[in-house]
Amino acid sequence: MKKLLLSSIIVIIGFTFIGRLSYLQLFRFSPDQILDDPAIKKIYDYPERGYIYDRDGKLMVGNQPAYDVMVIPREVKPLDTLEFCTLLGIDKATFVSKMNVARHYSPRLPSVLVPQLSKEDYAKLQEKMRHFTGFYIQKRSLRYYNTHSAANVLGYISEVNEWELKNNPYYVAGELKGHTGIEKQYEEELRGRKGVKHIQKDRFNRDIGPYKEGKLDTLPKPGNEIQITLDKELQEYGEKLMHGKRGGVVAIEPKTGEILAMISGPTYDPALLVGRERSKNYSKLHYDSIAKPTWDRSILAQPSPGSPFKTLNALIALQEGVVTPETTFRCYHGFYVGNTLRGCHCGGGVRDMNSGIYQSCNAYFAGVFRKIYDKYPTTDQGMDAWEKHMKSFGLGGYLGTDLPTGAPGRIPDKTYYDKWYGDGRWAASTIISNSIGQGEVAATPLQLANMTAAIANRGYFYTPHIIKKIGGSGAIDPKYTEPNYTTIDRKHFDPVIEGMANVYEYGTARWLKIPGVDIAGKTGTVENFVRIDGERMQLTDHSVFVCFAPVENPQIAIAVYIENGYFGARYAGHIASLLIEKYIKGEISRTDLEKKMLEKTLEHEYAKPYSGEPFKINQREW
Amino acid sequence: MSGKGPFGRIDWISVILYLLLVFIGWINIYSTSLTDTDSSIFDFSTLYGKQLFFFGIAVLGIILVLFVESSFFERFASIFYLVSIVLLLGLFVFGKTIAGATSWYNLGFFNLQPSELAKMTTALALAKFLSDIQTDIRTRKHQMYALVIILLPALLILPQPDPGSSLIYFSLFFVLFREGFPLYYLGILLVAVVLFATTLMFGTVWVTIGLVILALLIYTFKKASVKIPVLPVVGVIIVSILFSLSVNLVYEHVFEQRHRDRFALWLSLEKDEKKLEEIRKTIGYNTYQSEKAIESGGFFGKGFLEGTRTKGDFVPEQHTDYIFSSVGEEWGFLGTMTVILLFSIFFLRLIHLAERQKSDFSRMYGYGVISILVFHYFINIGMVIGLLPTIGVPLPFFSYGGSGLIFFSMLLFIFLKLDSNRLKDGI
Repeated sequence: MKKLLLSSIIVIIGFTFIGRLSYLQLFRFSPDQILDDPAIKKIYDYPERGYIYDRDGKLMVGNQPAYDVMVIPREVKPLDTLEFCTLLGIDKATFVSKMNVARHYSPRLPSVLVPQLSKEDYAKLQEKMRHFTGFYIQKRSLRYYNTHSAANVLGYISEVNEWELKNNPYYVAGELKGHTGIEKQYEEELRGRKGVKHIQKDRFNRDIGPYKEGKLDTLPKPGNEIQITLDKELQEYGEKLMHGKRGGVVAIEPKTGEILAMISGPTYDPALLVGRERSKNYSKLHYDSIAKPTWDRSILAQPSPGSPFKTLNALIALQEGVVTPETTFRCYHGFYVGNTLRGCHCGGGVRDMNSGIYQSCNAYFAGVFRKIYDKYPTTDQGMDAWEKHMKSFGLGGYLGTDLPTGAPGRIPDKTYYDKWYGDGRWAASTIISNSIGQGEVAATPLQLANMTAAIANRGYFYTPHIIKKIGGSGAIDPKYTEPNYTTIDRKHFDPVIEGMANVYEYGTARWLKIPGVDIAGKTGTVENFVRIDGERMQLTDHSVFVCFAPVENPQIAIAVYIENGYFGARYAGHIASLLIEKYIKGEISRTDLEKKMLEKTLEHEYAKPYSGEPFKINQREW
Repeated sequence: MSGKGPFGRIDWISVILYLLLVFIGWINIYSTSLTDTDSSIFDFSTLYGKQLFFFGIAVLGIILVLFVESSFFERFASIFYLVSIVLLLGLFVFGKTIAGATSWYNLGFFNLQPSELAKMTTALALAKFLSDIQTDIRTRKHQMYALVIILLPALLILPQPDPGSSLIYFSLFFVLFREGFPLYYLGILLVAVVLFATTLMFGTVWVTIGLVILALLIYTFKKASVKIPVLPVVGVIIVSILFSLSVNLVYEHVFEQRHRDRFALWLSLEKDEKKLEEIRKTIGYNTYQSEKAIESGGFFGKGFLEGTRTKGDFVPEQHTDYIFSSVGEEWGFLGTMTVILLFSIFFLRLIHLAERQKSDFSRMYGYGVISILVFHYFINIGMVIGLLPTIGVPLPFFSYGGSGLIFFSMLLFIFLKLDSNRLKDGI
């Protein structure tokens, strides 16, 4: 007993220690402790963000240096406050309060005293900086915009938010990241990869050298420059034309699916969201809930497409074999659904496909629509056929464009109407409005432009995209280089395109011809309603226009949608016509037309429903 | 002297274990004190260089010990003891103060810590007293003498202040237990410790209730044939209650706040989370950092010289009292297991040696050496891994410090010398 006492104590101590050490080193240990090891600090080396060029290689977005005046409160020596404040352009009270904030945050860590000085202020300050111990200037990189246009397409960069920090281990608080538009979509290409240096710290947070001799450190990998499909000049010109108008314009090159212009009105100068005034400007733009400048109408607005839809109904009827181009319908200044007459502006008379399109006859297309459905024994089967053809044009679903936002539009199907009316309680005549692009169908301007491109190509389209080239390689996602075929045979397009060309010859857009360029187009005038303070009001019709040119070798397909612009041939038609001339000819010959579009605004129209007084709609302007 | 020279029958297993421990210790001192400027390991301006130098002196001391006749230590034990008592007394006049404790003589090139020396001489003196043919440990009088031998240096060291070193002397009680000192003293001590802790944790009332319930349980479940007289049991309970009350008194009025904080941390007494956190950050800072460092080592450790917390000097006093945390961080579970195993084998080997001595003096001194070493090892590692409250004692052969290394070595090798001569003595 006496002899074993000490031995057993030693063994017991040994096991106790082993138990405790197993708990500490085996149970409580976690391998990613290096992340929160207080002894290792990471210092990041940020590469320059990639530049963005337009389709012709013109610079759209670059970088500019900005200079933050930083302070380490502990190191500040007594200074001539007055002189320093004058140099910084702030008053003494601001200076004192900012110093207090910095001191409160940490006496030994740097804080921003004055953010984002301009180059000029920086130059003045730099010479005198050595007089002010404890202050220094930190260079940062901000976006520089070589254009005042395309704000929504290009997008902006801003600080990462908490959700992103939690879900993406790459980012660290305070870093900048693309949050909208191309900046978001191609964030990884543009930002490159930051370099990391691991610094070993002691318990006073002083650097005592590189961790593991820098074995874990990485060098920054610069961001790729990217080339986008936008035509800078066309985009800028389009935005000028859209001045004072709300709506969306999308132009596509049919041969490739490349988006040439993507305009949303109203828009703003992208430079507003850079620099010292950023947050003030952002609030102003973001909280404008009526004009919604940050809401990209070209891809998010989903109005009824109106008459341009008639072209698709004509194509479907031809494909289904229920009409020929020569089939006629009579227009009674409208058409009958049951006993009610639905109106038409075409002038009445007998219409074939050609004049049905160029005069935009509602009665003709109501007849065509009925015929499609009549081919099938049940309405459901007719609906399925119609829906399949429509969707093959990229309607009623997301297109898959390489932009972070978008809207699907709508092509209603039988379950939609079964839910609405009840199974078996609807027929072609119930949903006849779809024949003229009113009713339940809806499409974004991008979808309309894409649909037009598919017609221009006589039966196929490339998924619209904004990227042309990434870095030096030039390779882009193959899904943008493979054609999507519609369900309509090539031969059926000629009569429809002939009708669309005649829109310019004899039809609704005959005043908008461009000398020497054959255009095919279709106007649309869309009834619309809003609900303001619970009251349903009809507003002036939306003006819609789709077209492509030249007819035989299409280089551009455009969809223009102007809120409350009245007849399709007015605002939308004018803008489309000017854009085509600008793109194909490079200059505008019809200066009077151009002048009118640059000067006319619709602000008075947009003010009407908010005036609180009764107002008239669809007034004659010119 | 035996014909085989001073190294003749020395126990090489112990020597090898000793060298291994010193070597591993030095490796870790090297790691904790290495700076980025390259310097040779013999650079005596660095801590690891100095430690190497101290080891040199220790080797000289060992050689000296091995060449001296074994009987010398027994014969002069009393003189050594008196000298070290004088040295401890002298500190009150000539002592040099380092980090608040007046524990050193400044010898110019070297600061001598007599409390380290006194551990060795007290062990010798105790062994000599107990092995005396006239001493009978079963008599009260001789028990008293033995207690005085042990407690005198402890009392002199306490006001330096160095409670850690002072505590070490209590380890020599194991020598007494081995030699027939009644074991129930140990039982009383254990009960006292348990009462102390439970009183602090639950209060006197609950301790009393617990004791009464315990007594009732014993009466209920005892065999009918066993008779336990009632009166002594009641007496024990009353004494325990009085002790428990005095614990509160001592805790509140004799202990200082810093002591109370340590207990509060160790026994998780503070119920206010905020205050507990505050204590953790101040008093508990060392323990927290050392636990974290050990924890971050994981199974394999971060590798030699790769310990980020060791390099960052996050664990205070890491080269001295907290050297084991560096083992934990850089060598991981494998490293700490190796060290624990080496120490355990080393101690068990020494017990084996002590038990085979023919001379009572050698055996008793051996037990003294083992008790002192084990106590250091237990308190030090227990503190570093957060099992015990913070008590500043070094880890033998590991911690940086000249007096420690030299006197621990001599302490050990005097015993190994005695062991190598075991066949000649004891007649």
